[in-house]
Amino acid sequence: MAAKVAVVRFPGTNCEFDVVEAVTSLGGQAEIVFHDQTSLGGADAVVVAGGFAHGDYLRPGAIARFSPVMAAVTEFAAEGGPVVGICNGFQVLTEAHLLPGALQKNAGLKFRCQMADLVVASSDSVLTSEAQVGDVLRIPINHFEGNYTCSPETLAELRGDDRIVVRYADNPNGSVDDIAGICNEGRNVVGLMPHPERACNELLGSVDGQVMIGSLLASAGARV
Amino acid sequence: MCESWRMIFDVTVEVRLRPGIADPQGATIERALPALGFDGVQDVKVGKSIRFTIEAADESAAQAEVEDLCHRFLTNPVIEDSVVTIAAGASA
Repeated sequence: MAAKVAVVRFPGTNCEFDVVEAVTSLGGQAEIVFHDQTSLGGADAVVVAGGFAHGDYLRPGAIARFSPVMAAVTEFAAEGGPVVGICNGFQVLTEAHLLPGALQKNAGLKFRCQMADLVVASSDSVLTSEAQVGDVLRIPINHFEGNYTCSPETLAELRGDDRIVVRYADNPNGSVDDIAGICNEGRNVVGLMPHPERACNELLGSVDGQVMIGSLLASAGARV
Repeated sequence: MCESWRMIFDVTVEVRLRPGIADPQGATIERALPALGFDGVQDVKVGKSIRFTIEAADESAAQAEVEDLCHRFLTNPVIEDSVVTIAAGASA
Protein backbone atom coordinates (compact mmCIF):
# COMPACT_ATOMS: atom_id res chain seq x y z
CA MET A 1 0.00 0.00 0.00
CA ALA A 2 1.30 3.42 -0.96
CA ALA A 3 2.17 5.83 1.83
CA LYS A 4 -0.47 8.51 2.28
CA VAL A 5 0.66 12.11 2.64
CA ALA A 6 -1.66 14.81 3.98
CA VAL A 7 -0.88 18.16 2.35
CA VAL A 8 -2.06 21.02 4.55
CA ARG A 9 -3.75 23.93 2.81
CA PHE A 10 -4.56 27.24 4.49
CA PRO A 11 -6.31 30.14 2.78
CA GLY A 12 -3.39 31.57 0.76
CA THR A 13 -1.39 28.36 0.43
CA ASN A 14 -0.24 28.00 -3.19
CA CYS A 15 2.23 25.12 -3.37
CA GLU A 16 -0.08 22.29 -2.32
CA PHE A 17 -0.63 20.90 -5.82
CA ASP A 18 3.11 20.92 -6.54
CA VAL A 19 3.56 18.75 -3.45
CA VAL A 20 0.71 16.44 -4.52
CA GLU A 21 2.28 16.09 -7.98
CA ALA A 22 5.75 15.35 -6.57
CA VAL A 23 4.43 12.80 -4.08
CA THR A 24 2.28 10.96 -6.62
CA SER A 25 5.06 11.00 -9.25
CA LEU A 26 7.20 9.10 -6.75
CA GLY A 27 4.53 6.50 -6.02
CA GLY A 28 2.91 7.99 -2.93
CA GLN A 29 -0.69 9.00 -2.34
CA ALA A 30 -1.48 12.57 -1.47
CA GLU A 31 -4.56 14.26 -0.12
CA ILE A 32 -5.21 17.95 0.51
CA VAL A 33 -6.29 18.68 4.08
CA PHE A 34 -7.97 22.04 4.60
CA HIS A 35 -7.08 24.32 7.52
CA ASP A 36 -10.41 23.90 9.31
CA GLN A 37 -10.28 20.11 9.41
CA THR A 38 -9.53 18.51 12.76
CA SER A 39 -8.31 15.17 11.39
CA LEU A 40 -5.49 14.20 9.06
CA GLY A 41 -7.57 11.33 7.69
CA GLY A 42 -5.19 8.57 8.73
CA ALA A 43 -2.20 10.01 6.85
CA ASP A 44 1.28 8.49 7.25
CA ALA A 45 3.04 11.84 6.77
CA VAL A 46 2.18 15.53 6.65
CA VAL A 47 3.50 18.31 4.44
CA VAL A 48 2.71 21.90 5.37
CA ALA A 49 3.00 23.44 1.92
CA GLY A 50 4.28 26.87 0.95
CA GLY A 51 2.45 30.03 0.01
CA PHE A 52 1.07 32.92 2.03
CA ALA A 53 -1.15 31.35 4.68
CA HIS A 54 -3.75 33.87 5.83
CA GLY A 55 -1.99 36.47 3.68
CA ASP A 56 1.05 36.37 5.98
CA TYR A 57 -0.87 38.95 8.04
CA LEU A 58 0.76 39.92 11.34
CA ARG A 59 3.71 37.58 10.62
CA PRO A 60 4.10 34.59 8.29
CA GLY A 61 2.50 31.63 10.07
CA ALA A 62 1.24 33.66 13.04
CA ILE A 63 -2.45 33.13 12.29
CA ALA A 64 -2.15 29.75 10.56
CA ARG A 65 -0.73 28.17 13.72
CA PHE A 66 -4.11 28.60 15.45
CA SER A 67 -6.00 26.73 12.70
CA PRO A 68 -7.86 23.59 13.82
CA VAL A 69 -5.69 21.42 11.55
CA MET A 70 -2.54 22.50 13.40
CA ALA A 71 -3.78 20.80 16.58
CA ALA A 72 -3.96 17.57 14.58
CA VAL A 73 -0.50 18.19 13.07
CA THR A 74 0.97 18.87 16.53
CA GLU A 75 -0.54 15.65 17.89
CA PHE A 76 0.71 13.66 14.87
CA ALA A 77 4.21 15.11 15.36
CA ALA A 78 4.16 14.27 19.06
CA GLU A 79 3.41 10.64 18.14
CA GLY A 80 6.52 10.60 15.95
CA GLY A 81 4.74 11.09 12.62
CA PRO A 82 6.83 12.61 9.81
CA VAL A 83 6.01 16.30 9.30
CA VAL A 84 7.72 18.56 6.77
CA GLY A 85 7.15 22.30 6.47
CA ILE A 86 8.28 23.84 3.19
CA CYS A 87 8.90 27.59 2.90
CA ASN A 88 5.78 29.20 4.43
CA GLY A 89 5.19 25.78 6.01
CA PHE A 90 8.55 26.14 7.81
CA GLN A 91 7.42 29.53 9.08
CA VAL A 92 4.16 27.97 10.31
CA LEU A 93 6.06 25.20 12.15
CA THR A 94 8.31 27.72 13.96
CA GLU A 95 5.30 29.82 14.95
CA ALA A 96 3.61 26.63 16.21
CA HIS A 97 6.73 25.89 18.29
CA LEU A 98 7.22 22.53 16.56
CA LEU A 99 10.63 23.88 15.50
CA PRO A 100 12.80 26.46 17.30
CA GLY A 101 13.88 29.87 16.02
CA ALA A 102 12.22 32.19 13.53
CA LEU A 103 12.47 33.36 9.93
CA GLN A 104 13.21 37.05 9.56
CA LYS A 105 13.33 39.21 6.44
CA ASN A 106 16.11 38.37 4.00
CA ALA A 107 19.29 40.33 4.46
CA GLY A 108 19.40 42.97 1.73
CA LEU A 109 15.60 43.15 1.65
CA LYS A 110 15.42 41.09 -1.55
CA PHE A 111 12.78 38.56 -2.48
CA ARG A 112 14.91 35.59 -3.55
CA CYS A 113 13.58 33.46 -6.41
CA GLN A 114 16.40 31.33 -7.80
CA MET A 115 18.03 27.92 -7.81
CA ALA A 116 20.13 27.23 -4.71
CA ASP A 117 22.72 24.58 -3.99
CA LEU A 118 21.98 22.85 -0.69
CA VAL A 119 24.55 20.80 1.15
CA VAL A 120 23.09 17.91 3.15
CA ALA A 121 24.34 18.42 6.71
CA SER A 122 22.52 15.51 8.33
CA SER A 123 21.03 12.37 6.85
CA ASP A 124 19.30 11.59 10.13
CA SER A 125 15.93 13.19 9.41
CA VAL A 126 12.69 12.21 7.70
CA LEU A 127 13.60 14.42 4.74
CA THR A 128 17.20 13.35 4.18
CA SER A 129 17.35 9.69 5.26
CA GLU A 130 18.07 8.58 1.69
CA ALA A 131 20.71 11.26 1.04
CA GLN A 132 24.35 11.31 2.12
CA VAL A 133 25.98 13.99 4.23
CA GLY A 134 27.85 16.28 1.83
CA ASP A 135 25.50 15.68 -1.11
CA VAL A 136 24.80 18.89 -2.99
CA LEU A 137 21.17 19.24 -4.07
CA ARG A 138 20.02 21.87 -6.54
CA ILE A 139 16.65 23.08 -5.25
CA PRO A 140 14.75 26.33 -5.95
CA ILE A 141 14.08 28.95 -3.30
CA ASN A 142 11.30 31.53 -3.45
CA HIS A 143 10.98 33.67 -0.34
CA PHE A 144 11.19 37.07 1.28
CA GLU A 145 11.37 35.97 4.90
CA GLY A 146 13.76 33.03 4.87
CA ASN A 147 16.58 34.42 6.98
CA TYR A 148 16.72 31.86 9.79
CA THR A 149 17.62 33.18 13.22
CA CYS A 150 17.62 31.81 16.75
CA SER A 151 19.24 32.42 20.12
CA PRO A 152 22.94 31.46 20.51
CA GLU A 153 21.82 28.70 22.92
CA THR A 154 19.41 27.24 20.36
CA LEU A 155 22.07 27.41 17.64
CA ALA A 156 24.53 25.55 19.87
CA GLU A 157 21.87 22.93 20.53
CA LEU A 158 21.05 22.53 16.82
CA ARG A 159 24.74 22.10 16.00
CA GLY A 160 25.50 19.81 18.92
CA ASP A 161 22.54 17.52 18.25
CA ASP A 162 23.16 17.34 14.47
CA ARG A 163 19.80 19.00 13.85
CA ILE A 164 20.87 21.27 10.98
CA VAL A 165 19.56 19.23 8.05
CA VAL A 166 20.60 21.31 5.02
CA ARG A 167 22.81 24.36 4.55
CA TYR A 168 23.14 26.79 1.63
CA ALA A 169 26.38 26.42 -0.31
CA ASP A 170 26.11 30.16 -1.08
CA ASN A 171 23.94 31.86 1.55
CA PRO A 172 21.22 33.82 -0.32
CA ASN A 173 19.33 35.39 2.59
CA GLY A 174 21.60 35.93 5.60
CA SER A 175 20.52 32.83 7.56
CA VAL A 176 22.67 32.16 10.62
CA ASP A 177 25.22 29.39 9.96
CA ASP A 178 23.90 29.15 6.35
CA ILE A 179 20.90 27.22 7.65
CA ALA A 180 18.36 26.21 5.01
CA GLY A 181 16.55 23.56 7.06
CA ILE A 182 16.46 22.07 10.56
CA CYS A 183 14.71 19.27 12.41
CA ASN A 184 13.25 18.78 15.88
CA GLU A 185 14.73 16.63 18.65
CA GLY A 186 12.76 13.60 17.45
CA ARG A 187 14.09 14.18 13.90
CA ASN A 188 10.55 13.59 12.56
CA VAL A 189 9.70 17.26 12.06
CA VAL A 190 11.70 19.11 9.41
CA GLY A 191 11.36 22.67 8.18
CA LEU A 192 13.19 24.15 5.21
CA MET A 193 12.86 27.24 3.04
CA PRO A 194 13.78 25.64 -0.33
CA HIS A 195 11.14 23.80 -2.38
CA PRO A 196 12.11 20.16 -3.06
CA GLU A 197 8.67 19.54 -4.60
CA ARG A 198 9.64 21.90 -7.44
CA ALA A 199 12.74 19.87 -8.26
CA CYS A 200 11.21 16.46 -8.94
CA ASN A 201 10.89 16.57 -12.72
CA GLU A 202 13.48 17.09 -15.48
CA LEU A 203 11.20 19.70 -17.05
CA LEU A 204 11.70 21.88 -13.98
CA GLY A 205 15.48 21.89 -14.29
CA SER A 206 16.38 19.59 -11.42
CA VAL A 207 15.35 16.25 -9.99
CA ASP A 208 17.41 16.68 -6.83
CA GLY A 209 14.23 17.10 -4.78
CA GLN A 210 13.34 13.46 -5.42
CA VAL A 211 15.75 12.20 -2.76
CA MET A 212 14.00 14.43 -0.20
CA ILE A 213 10.42 13.58 -1.14
CA GLY A 214 11.58 9.95 -1.50
CA SER A 215 13.02 10.03 2.03
CA LEU A 216 9.72 11.39 3.33
CA LEU A 217 7.79 8.64 1.55
CA ALA A 218 10.16 6.04 3.01
CA SER A 219 9.56 7.42 6.52
CA ALA A 220 5.83 7.46 5.84
CA GLY A 221 5.95 3.96 4.35
CA ALA A 222 7.45 2.64 7.56
CA ARG A 223 4.19 3.64 9.26
CA VAL A 224 1.79 2.09 6.73
CA MET B 1 -24.76 46.37 40.79
CA CYS B 2 -21.15 47.44 40.70
CA GLU B 3 -19.69 43.93 40.18
CA SER B 4 -20.35 44.25 36.43
CA TRP B 5 -18.70 47.67 36.25
CA ARG B 6 -15.95 47.43 33.66
CA MET B 7 -13.84 49.94 31.81
CA ILE B 8 -12.85 50.19 28.18
CA PHE B 9 -9.19 50.98 27.61
CA ASP B 10 -7.55 52.23 24.44
CA VAL B 11 -4.47 50.15 23.73
CA THR B 12 -1.54 50.74 21.42
CA VAL B 13 1.01 47.96 20.97
CA GLU B 14 4.22 48.95 19.26
CA VAL B 15 5.97 45.87 17.90
CA ARG B 16 9.73 46.36 17.53
CA LEU B 17 12.47 44.09 16.26
CA ARG B 18 14.70 42.98 19.12
CA PRO B 19 18.22 44.39 19.33
CA GLY B 20 20.51 42.44 17.02
CA ILE B 21 17.72 41.35 14.68
CA ALA B 22 18.31 42.59 11.15
CA ASP B 23 16.09 45.50 10.13
CA PRO B 24 16.65 45.70 6.36
CA GLN B 25 13.67 48.06 5.95
CA GLY B 26 15.11 50.54 8.44
CA ALA B 27 18.56 50.25 6.87
CA THR B 28 17.16 50.81 3.37
CA ILE B 29 15.20 53.89 4.44
CA GLU B 30 18.29 55.26 6.17
CA ARG B 31 20.40 54.77 3.04
CA ALA B 32 17.80 56.63 0.96
CA LEU B 33 17.70 59.73 3.16
CA PRO B 34 20.89 61.53 2.06
CA ALA B 35 19.54 61.66 -1.50
CA LEU B 36 16.63 63.73 -0.15
CA GLY B 37 18.93 66.04 1.77
CA PHE B 38 18.32 64.53 5.22
CA ASP B 39 21.88 64.07 6.37
CA GLY B 40 21.52 63.92 10.15
CA VAL B 41 18.98 61.08 10.43
CA GLN B 42 20.36 57.90 12.00
CA ASP B 43 19.23 54.66 13.66
CA VAL B 44 16.08 54.26 11.55
CA LYS B 45 14.00 51.35 12.82
CA VAL B 46 10.81 50.00 11.27
CA GLY B 47 8.19 48.30 13.43
CA LYS B 48 4.44 48.14 13.48
CA SER B 49 1.70 49.67 15.54
CA ILE B 50 -1.41 47.70 16.51
CA ARG B 51 -4.33 49.57 18.10
CA PHE B 52 -7.45 48.18 19.74
CA THR B 53 -9.77 48.60 22.71
CA ILE B 54 -10.10 46.15 25.57
CA GLU B 55 -12.69 45.79 28.32
CA ALA B 56 -11.31 45.07 31.79
CA ALA B 57 -12.02 45.67 35.46
CA ASP B 58 -9.09 48.04 35.88
CA GLU B 59 -5.89 49.18 34.23
CA SER B 60 -3.66 46.50 35.75
CA ALA B 61 -6.04 43.76 34.59
CA ALA B 62 -6.01 45.29 31.10
CA GLN B 63 -2.21 45.50 31.19
CA ALA B 64 -1.88 41.83 32.19
CA GLU B 65 -4.23 40.66 29.45
CA VAL B 66 -2.49 42.74 26.78
CA GLU B 67 0.95 41.46 27.86
CA ASP B 68 -0.34 37.89 27.51
CA LEU B 69 -1.82 38.70 24.10
CA CYS B 70 1.49 40.22 22.99
CA HIS B 71 3.51 37.26 24.13
CA ARG B 72 1.27 34.59 22.63
CA PHE B 73 0.16 36.22 19.41
CA LEU B 74 1.05 39.80 18.51
CA THR B 75 4.82 39.29 18.71
CA ASN B 76 7.23 36.48 18.03
CA PRO B 77 9.48 36.71 21.10
CA VAL B 78 12.38 35.18 19.16
CA ILE B 79 12.69 38.32 17.02
CA GLU B 80 10.32 40.95 18.45
CA ASP B 81 9.61 43.02 21.57
CA SER B 82 6.53 45.08 22.31
CA VAL B 83 5.84 48.35 24.06
CA VAL B 84 2.29 48.66 25.38
CA THR B 85 0.50 51.95 26.00
CA ILE B 86 -2.87 51.86 27.77
CA ALA B 87 -5.22 54.81 28.28
CA ALA B 88 -8.61 54.80 29.98
CA GLY B 89 -11.46 55.27 27.53
CA ALA B 90 -15.20 55.35 28.20
CA SER B 91 -16.74 53.02 30.80
CA ALA B 92 -18.57 49.99 29.43
